[in-house]
Amino acid sequence: MKPHFLKRVRVFVSLTFFAAFSALFLDMGNSVPDLISDYVVYFQFLPSLLKFLSAGTLAAAGFIFVIFLTLLFGRVYCSFLCPLGVLQDVFIFARNKTRKITYAFQHAFSRTRYGILTGVILVFISGSITGITLTDPYSHFGRILTHIIRPAAVWMNNALVFSLAKINVYAVYPVESVKLSYLPLFFSLAVLALILWMSLSCGRLYCNTLCPVGTFLGFLSGFSVFKIRFNAGECIHCRACEKVCKAGCMDLKNNVIDFSRCVACYNCLKACPTSGVAYQWGFKKTAPVVIGDAGKRNFLLQTAAFFFASVSSLAGAQREIEIYRSSTVPVTSKTAITPPGSVSLKNFSNRCTACQLCVAACPTRVLQPANLEYGLLGVMQPRMDYKLSYCNYDCVICSAVCPTGAILPQHPNTKKLIQLGRAKFIRKNCVVYTQKTDCGACAEHCPTKAVRMVFDKEIRKHAPKIDESICVGCGACEFACPTKPYKSIYVEGNAVHVAAEKAREVKITEKVDLKEDFPF
Amino acid sequence: MLIRHSNLKPCGAAMKRRTFLEKSLKIGLGAGAYLAFGNRLTTYAGDAAAKKAPFDLVAVKGGEPDIMFNRAIQSLGGIKNFVKPNQTVVVKPNIGWDVPPEIAGNTHPGLVEHIVKQCLDAGAKDVYVFDHTCDKWSSCYMNSGIEKAVKDAGGKIVPGNMEKYYQEVDVPGGKILTHAKVHELILESDVFINVPVLKNHGGARLTIAMKNLMGVVWDRRFWHRNDLHQCIADFATFRKPDLNVIDAYHVMKQNGPRGVSAADVVTLKSQILSTDMVAADAAAARLFGMDPAEVPYIGMADQLKVGTMDLSRLNIDRIVL
Repeated sequence: MKPHFLKRVRVFVSLTFFAAFSALFLDMGNSVPDLISDYVVYFQFLPSLLKFLSAGTLAAAGFIFVIFLTLLFGRVYCSFLCPLGVLQDVFIFARNKTRKITYAFQHAFSRTRYGILTGVILVFISGSITGITLTDPYSHFGRILTHIIRPAAVWMNNALVFSLAKINVYAVYPVESVKLSYLPLFFSLAVLALILWMSLSCGRLYCNTLCPVGTFLGFLSGFSVFKIRFNAGECIHCRACEKVCKAGCMDLKNNVIDFSRCVACYNCLKACPTSGVAYQWGFKKTAPVVIGDAGKRNFLLQTAAFFFASVSSLAGAQREIEIYRSSTVPVTSKTAITPPGSVSLKNFSNRCTACQLCVAACPTRVLQPANLEYGLLGVMQPRMDYKLSYCNYDCVICSAVCPTGAILPQHPNTKKLIQLGRAKFIRKNCVVYTQKTDCGACAEHCPTKAVRMVFDKEIRKHAPKIDESICVGCGACEFACPTKPYKSIYVEGNAVHVAAEKAREVKITEKVDLKEDFPF
Repeated sequence: MLIRHSNLKPCGAAMKRRTFLEKSLKIGLGAGAYLAFGNRLTTYAGDAAAKKAPFDLVAVKGGEPDIMFNRAIQSLGGIKNFVKPNQTVVVKPNIGWDVPPEIAGNTHPGLVEHIVKQCLDAGAKDVYVFDHTCDKWSSCYMNSGIEKAVKDAGGKIVPGNMEKYYQEVDVPGGKILTHAKVHELILESDVFINVPVLKNHGGARLTIAMKNLMGVVWDRRFWHRNDLHQCIADFATFRKPDLNVIDAYHVMKQNGPRGVSAADVVTLKSQILSTDMVAADAAAARLFGMDPAEVPYIGMADQLKVGTMDLSRLNIDRIVL
């Protein structure tokens, strides 16, 4: 049997997932149904694993499915489900349209790949997510879309909107321009450039050397029930399979396929003129794939030690956070504010891989990738940026889309009582006190009336007064405060989120007589 | 005087009103253009159309928003007194907050829908509705019910969330606020109908007609920094709406302007119509149960001669349905 259809299935499934991912990250009107975000992101290996570790439920067990799939058929994940893998296939496809690429067997860079995998695992065990943030393929893809493609898409959308506005057509809505975050932008550009170069020159080299997920699944595929193997009787040594193998894993000289590097693209199955290469029972005795020796083990230990040392020296930087510096009355916040549902700074920074899905999905754009607000290791993890916007009182989108459990799902009613931080008033900055004029912008925006305008007899004006117990730390007051350069009200983050008290309701009991005459 | 304004529309929406007026003259469009120019200037300066109306202010209570509007507008000479065939109309409700209609943080969607329909029935070419919202604009438009109301009525709901829609203008009558960036629809539309909701307000004490105009400018923080009340009064001198319709059906008595729950609201089932924003605000303040003198911007606008807060000098039609 010549299973041509396998390649067709792969192309169909991968493009479906790829399109869904792109829609998810480029969605401009929050119009992509939850269904897509739920199912598409569900199977992403590292996010799902992390969510499983946080939430502990099988509802977050996409990675178990992936492991199961790998133990059956090898690294199907890498060609079907991984958006970064599919992105490379798209590059390769485009390149093949102009000039046909011919691949040849490559030796494995096993030291590098197992080194990186071990490093990431050890760094994670030592309590830092940074190793995953810097290597997870899904998070790379998310950042590329959010920081490179999305700004371009928004720009094009708005260009269309404003040209239509000139002829008084207002049917298409504009999107608030994306705030360019230079650090994630440059990082994503670098990753994109690397992937572009690697994929065009050496196929799936990235997946087989730098990607820890690829390496881990490659390791697992050593135990797969079904493996792609040469069929000694049928193979005519025409090298057709080797020429189309993006992974460079078809060793015709030794008649072995390095299945740990096979990304299950099935190009070989299609290219083979006979039945010389096919899925076969995996435990049949052939030359086994060797994956480790003493030299490698030493190397792994050294790499691990290096990562360990760097992590412990950097971890200290993760605590101190200062937003502004100034000579007059600067706003100094000690704790950066994490999104609602993230439970605590610790949970959030240990689970977030900085994939930017919440950044892309946040309707008010209050979620922005951090620079150094979370310390060096928290770079690119999203934080609440109250200078730019504030958290919508009724919104739980970030908690619904987060694939890693860094932000746990919240019901809107629960979310309304999560206190991310507490509003603090700086009297010496406030115009009511400095200029003796009315303002009230903070109280105006407060959804719980934790900030209200109360008559101050001393200055005979209504001035802001804060009831911290009912404050949810949404940042509306801080955002709305008009004073420059330092705000007069700001939110001090809670390192561990707590429950706010419910706002008191006082029912207006005024009697209305609709037949009564007007009071003028 | 029936003029085809469509011939004169600037080709680029970005064109300023003044630039447009100058250009119209320079191009020399002839007598027709001259008439159009005259008409525009009077619209700009005040309310020529409504001058013949027998009443300065109409207060109505006891009905649904559309019934009250129909009754009240009759006393001002009917909607045709304000909207001429083929004119463009901009309706500016309060859509500031992402709250449902029962919280009364925004103008009643039924009233907005009805006014848009009335304008279209009167022959308006296009009826635009927008607000520069405080909360996330798309959520405000949707959850206030106003986006759907406008679309159902055949009007056009326009975003107000991007600085690009706003043009720099001078406010010659302002004491502190001498220039502002104003939404292009306010500058370009032939007819401007202001449809605020009457509410309690932490900083401004009350938000009614003049305060509602804060939603047609881009930079509101300047107002808050530089004497909010004076800025509200200053901007009221810029372009007076051709008609103000104050929605006092559901009235937020406390926790304004956003409100916390429906417990903050009383149902007054009232409406106030006037071409004079100051008079309308003064009457609405009384309806709310406050002395207009307690709301500083009303007195300041009276001093700037935007209108009069002395209700005893006005011819008021009081209708109890």
